[in-house]
Amino acid sequence: MDTLYAVFIDPFMQMGSAPDLLVQTLWEGLVAGVLYALIALGFVLIFKASGVFNFAQGIMVVFAALTLVGLYEKGVPAWIAVFLTLGVMFLLAVTIERVVLRPLVNQPDIILFMATFGITYFLIGFGESLFGGNPKQMIAGELGLPRGAVEMKMLGGFVSFQKIDIAAAIIASAMIAGLAVFFQYTRIGRALRAVADSHKAALSVGISLNQIWVIVWFAAGIVALVTGIMWGARSDVSFALEIVALKALPVLILGGFTSVPGAIVGGLLIGVGEKLGEFYWGPLIGGGIESWLAYFIALAFLLFRPQGLFGDKIIERI
Amino acid sequence: MFYRETGQFKTSYQADMAVFPIRQDRIGLALILLAAFVVIPFFGSDFIISSVMIPFLVFSLAAIGLNILTGYTGLISLGTAAFMGVGAYACYKLTTFFPNINIIVLILVSGLFSAAVGVLFGLPSLRIKGFYLAVATLAAQFFLQWCFVRVPWLFNYNASGAIEVPQRTLFDIPITGALASPETRYFVCLGLVVVLTWFASNLLHGRIGRSWMAVRDMDIAAELMGIRLLNTKLLAFAVSSFYCGVAGAMMIFLWYGGGEAADVFSIRLSFNILFMVIIGGLGSLVGSFFGAAFLASLPTIMKFGLPAIGVPLAGATAEHVTFMLVGALIIFFLIVEPHGLARLWQIGKQKLRTWPFPY
Repeated sequence: MDTLYAVFIDPFMQMGSAPDLLVQTLWEGLVAGVLYALIALGFVLIFKASGVFNFAQGIMVVFAALTLVGLYEKGVPAWIAVFLTLGVMFLLAVTIERVVLRPLVNQPDIILFMATFGITYFLIGFGESLFGGNPKQMIAGELGLPRGAVEMKMLGGFVSFQKIDIAAAIIASAMIAGLAVFFQYTRIGRALRAVADSHKAALSVGISLNQIWVIVWFAAGIVALVTGIMWGARSDVSFALEIVALKALPVLILGGFTSVPGAIVGGLLIGVGEKLGEFYWGPLIGGGIESWLAYFIALAFLLFRPQGLFGDKIIERI
Repeated sequence: MFYRETGQFKTSYQADMAVFPIRQDRIGLALILLAAFVVIPFFGSDFIISSVMIPFLVFSLAAIGLNILTGYTGLISLGTAAFMGVGAYACYKLTTFFPNINIIVLILVSGLFSAAVGVLFGLPSLRIKGFYLAVATLAAQFFLQWCFVRVPWLFNYNASGAIEVPQRTLFDIPITGALASPETRYFVCLGLVVVLTWFASNLLHGRIGRSWMAVRDMDIAAELMGIRLLNTKLLAFAVSSFYCGVAGAMMIFLWYGGGEAADVFSIRLSFNILFMVIIGGLGSLVGSFFGAAFLASLPTIMKFGLPAIGVPLAGATAEHVTFMLVGALIIFFLIVEPHGLARLWQIGKQKLRTWPFPY
């Protein structure tokens, strides 16, 4: 009875008695969710256009952030370093398309999935030998990102919002809106959507698959850079991010592999669910449940909707 | 040339169904076993045995386990290391509860615990397929790893949280603990791996293996043909986790000799074993050995081989270069031969059979 009380009633009592804490936890969950959503967005972009489950997205985030910081440390002005990093990400996209994707066209999904593992390992080794394995400080101030926190009085207490988090939310929304416009109204965007619908049909109307793949990997690279900057501004830039980036996978499950809105909604849901679970239910079983709670939320969800929130319905034929 | 089945006639169905129908294959297998049981332990140095051969054997067993699940049944799993961890911790608990039972029996029994946990986490596989399932198995990986750290009962409330490997003997020869020599540990590993491989081979060539492969090729069609999906998939999870669990127990008790096990069974180990299976060849027992040999020996070669031929590499750089090399090699092998080293091996044998003609 006590256990039932502790699990089902007590956490809600706590929420009710200290609403400011609840708001703070919700906010932190949302912020973490934005970052998950951004990583998941990179996955979805590539999966839609090329059917590749790109495991390397997490490491691309680290690599982009490291390149940016590395260039800045070499004495390149901050904003020029951003553009140079974009150039590096473009080169990376071209190289991956040439070296990895093109020879592996038409192979089964798992082979392509494993190839992105190869990319991950290569980028870890490459990044570490170029920039060293030590955590670095993101150049948030130099890029004009705000610092400090805003304290707001609400619900009988104070809730503090980090300015960088607010900026991250705004920038992320702007980028997603930009991507949506790009997909909806430009010529390349339409070509991308055509490829996502059907590779063969897109080929037959004269869309170059190779070109589309470079573009989509580059788009994922841009998303990775933005994610890297946001992430780096909150904590250090290091390869520890690789494990955190795995959190994007339950987000994908929740949202569906092929849906951009799904990635965003899924990211926010996972972020909030995780923080609430850790804060209110975590102490019951010893804390630290953040590391697996997201997967269990996704798993429980999957049992009811195997294709995710917004994913395409899975139809199987013999 | 010398590898040709000319003149070997099969006079019974049994001979026709044999796993190794060609005499040269059987001779080759006997030679390999002879080398493993006699040549290596007597002529190999302690270093070769304890840091090349034992890891190779442990990884082979884990790779066979994952291959049963991923290669033969078509269910991708990223939780291999967690199931290995279950085996290791179960073995540790069993040695504390039953100090008088032989450690080899305990290692095998701990595989059963791993199998039970595997079945539990295999349940979603009935509704979830492909990459969705891969992510679902990550739940097992992270949850079990969390348990290894947060449930003190698992490591007997040690302050350090490490597994202590007790001294255990077989016929008065120490086989685990600090006093066990590399040779004895190697023999125990080798014996377990040989017996379990033989068992797996029989399982895979029989009705159960065929139903696994039917599920892999198309589960709906398999269901229509009268294969019960629930039983077949869960059995695959159970057998696979059993192998992984035994490999995990071997890893801690016969290779590492104790230590901070929660870090060992991390997601990186899961990935490494998946690499072994893919590079070796999905759906091939011999491929599991190839993949394990390749990836288990690579770090050692990088660490000791390169300085020996005059390429100076410091510790940290060597690690980075190993990472790059592993990544590049994975991509290279996938491009050259997506079906893995096992397929290359088959092609090589076919070339020998038809030599000197191209086909």
